[in-house]
Amino acid sequence: MPESFKIALAGNPNAGKTTLFNRLTGARQHVGNYPGVTVEKKEGIYNSTSGASINIVDLPGTYSLTAYSVEEVVARDFLIHEKPRVVINITDAANLERHLYLTCQFLELGVPVVIALNMIDVARDRGISIEVARLADLLNVPIVAISARSGEGVDELLQVVEKVAQANQDWEPVYIAYGEDIDGAILEMEKQIEANSFLTDTYSSRWLALKYLENDKQVIEKGRSFAGRHDQEKVADCLEDKVEEVGKHVLATMETYPEAIVADHRYGYIKSILRQGVITHTYDEDRLYTSDRIDRVVTNQIFGPIIMLAVLLGLYHFTFTYSELPVSWLESLFGWLAGFFERLLPDGHLKSLLVSGIIGGVGGVMGFVPIIMFMFFGIAILEDSGYLARVAFMMDRVFRIFGLHGSSVMAYIISGGIAGGCAVPGVMATRTLRSPRERMATLLTAPFMNCGAKLPVLALMIGTFFSNNQAQVMFMLTLLAWVVALLVAKLLRLTVLKGEPTPFVMELPPYRLPTFRGLAIHTWEKTWQYIRKAATVILGASILIWVTMTFPGLPDSQKLVFENQRQEISASYAELNGQLHAEGSSVPVSQELTRQLAAIEAAQAGQALRHSLAGRLGRSLESITWLAGFDWRTNIALVGGFAAKEIVLSTLGTAYSLGGVDVEKGGSLSKTLAADPSWDKAKAFSLILFIMFYSPCFVTVVCIIKEAGSWKWGAFSMAFNTVFAMLLSTSVYQLCRLLGLGG
Amino acid sequence: MVSRIMLREMAKGQSGTIASVKVAGELGRRIREMGMVPGTTIKIQGRAPLNDPVALRVMGGTLTLRNNEADYIEVEVE
Ligand SMILES: Nc1nc2c(ncn2[C@@H]2O[C@H](COP(=O)(O)OP(=O)(O)OP(=O)(O)O)[C@@H](O)[C@H]2O)c(=O)[nH]1
Ligand SMILES: [Mg+2]
Repeated sequence: MPESFKIALAGNPNAGKTTLFNRLTGARQHVGNYPGVTVEKKEGIYNSTSGASINIVDLPGTYSLTAYSVEEVVARDFLIHEKPRVVINITDAANLERHLYLTCQFLELGVPVVIALNMIDVARDRGISIEVARLADLLNVPIVAISARSGEGVDELLQVVEKVAQANQDWEPVYIAYGEDIDGAILEMEKQIEANSFLTDTYSSRWLALKYLENDKQVIEKGRSFAGRHDQEKVADCLEDKVEEVGKHVLATMETYPEAIVADHRYGYIKSILRQGVITHTYDEDRLYTSDRIDRVVTNQIFGPIIMLAVLLGLYHFTFTYSELPVSWLESLFGWLAGFFERLLPDGHLKSLLVSGIIGGVGGVMGFVPIIMFMFFGIAILEDSGYLARVAFMMDRVFRIFGLHGSSVMAYIISGGIAGGCAVPGVMATRTLRSPRERMATLLTAPFMNCGAKLPVLALMIGTFFSNNQAQVMFMLTLLAWVVALLVAKLLRLTVLKGEPTPFVMELPPYRLPTFRGLAIHTWEKTWQYIRKAATVILGASILIWVTMTFPGLPDSQKLVFENQRQEISASYAELNGQLHAEGSSVPVSQELTRQLAAIEAAQAGQALRHSLAGRLGRSLESITWLAGFDWRTNIALVGGFAAKEIVLSTLGTAYSLGGVDVEKGGSLSKTLAADPSWDKAKAFSLILFIMFYSPCFVTVVCIIKEAGSWKWGAFSMAFNTVFAMLLSTSVYQLCRLLGLGG
Repeated sequence: MVSRIMLREMAKGQSGTIASVKVAGELGRRIREMGMVPGTTIKIQGRAPLNDPVALRVMGGTLTLRNNEADYIEVEVE
């Protein structure tokens, strides 16, 4: 009877593991033509034709089984501790020699392996043919040529895997010769290890000795803690001493390192196998592949940057042009909803909560869904085609100056590097960065970019106070965002994120035609994440803001004062109206009455706001914010903006008691601000700077916490950015005052 | 005539055979695991706009490497 068992998909980054995983399990995991897309292991079930249910684990791609990066540790610990019945080693048939390096390490570990010779279609196109049977013989491992993308050979692969799984053999490590020095040391160390049963429950003695010689930090540490627990410090010392001795010896005699000798011999072993007529090239081996020919133009030293600029501008143009229509549909949908409830419900808290709180807040954010979707569709094309890796390649030099990495560019751009992105997907995009410190510096600075939510407020301020040269100011602000982000990144890398730059040794994958399925998965995955956040986080925040701006309401005594005013005016107008009626002209009077009543209404709303929780908060903040020129109403808007930057504008509108005026269009708020004597250019500029650089919005902070793996980084970015923005705004504002540049 | 030069000094389009990789630690390991070990032939495919990093053809694939990282790699060229 068929049993159930566990197998793992392992191999180099970008070999096609996830493509195969999705095909077998029906999952929709992210596939991309960029090395290192999968960063956590993913599980799924495959029901074989023979009725067995196979548990399949998709592992992150790794180039070797040492323990330098998180992905390697994940992959190795899985193999060693969970002992899958079989490992399917996905290799790239067009790049076999390099991919066999990892294969060697599986064989040395001893885990039962089946090699999937993936991308056989690409190899064929390039005129590379592989003697599968001979290679299988030489390596003594079953091999099946497949194309994970088209499905070719996949059934056969799984049949072979099931056969190997059913045999359920013990692990059989393969020995590779490493030359006199290393082999001698291994033998000696093995004896020590076996005599003392040192960690032999977990690792085979030869493998353990080899890892010591490869200077594997994780294994050496485990040895230390095992020694501590079992009173075997001597053994651990002995092993470490041996490694040091060998290290000194090979450095003196051959100017090399034990780990280098190991790597050289592994490649030597691979070369010796491949030399035996395994691979034949139909074409000249030096022939330029299509991909290289594209690169001659696309990464050309002169055309490369121009094309990159054009592509990025094209992406923005594409996103904003094509999402305009669906955005307007969504806006009218939410407008209609608001109108519907406006009419349906009686005046009161419930209506106010539903219309201004929930529909206003969530609707404002949902309105961005089409933009997010189009942006990610474009980015998916760039990633799946392989262009993204080229952008990282071209920009690396510039970014390195600031302690970042070539791959940081994409995160910045998505976050609003060309005004109008969003920091949430931007922060998520930092996943492609392999080094933790550069990744942290990128994800903490990406929110400085002018995202789509900041734009309306910036546009309003510019339109009101700098109307003479709007375009230039907007452009300067975009540049400023980049400069500040890069400088802050540098600052972080010199302080809290201090450390060496990570090596840039990276693979440039060949260009591939994106698959529709891949693009669809990618786009939908990201869009759905965004929608879910809007429906949860923003909903909560909108309700909270509404509550703080509504409660506590005015005390009855004050309400009475306004009520009396209203009645007085109504009464006096009724009298006046009676007089005028006799003269035959009542219309202008009733208009005047409405206007005055509205003024009272507005005054009451203003008073209520001042009295509310938010109003009190805003007023108490005034004691600091006056330095930067912000009054209490502005403070409320800025606090509200923490929930989502879009809220700054609408809250500012409400806070200026413009009830009923369409603040979205900005027209009247703009006029009010222009007419308000407490506003001037200095204050506007100070506010612009503050909005650009203060705390990321709540959703972004949640995302930072998730990506950075600790709430502390979320708290850090809120505190750091706010203090930074405050200092910047204050100095600019005070400087303007000093120089008399206000008016 | 065979001579040894540093990878950084190689011109675009030039090919050669790696003679030594003199660095340990993470960088050394990353260089080696990508196939850049003594005996491997490489070809300079191009450089980024600011001349750094450099793109190499190694074992049929393209790898990129920063100049200061390439400084540990010695190459035998014709
Ligand atoms: N032509 C061709 N392309 C393939 C094949 N299998 C995968 N690809 C493409 O190769 C790229 C990498 O595929 P992934 O499945 O994301 O690779 P991975 O091994 O999961 O990569 P990491 O998660 O980064 O380790 C994608 O662009 C795939 O569409 C294949 O058989 N033929
Ligand atoms: Mg993957």
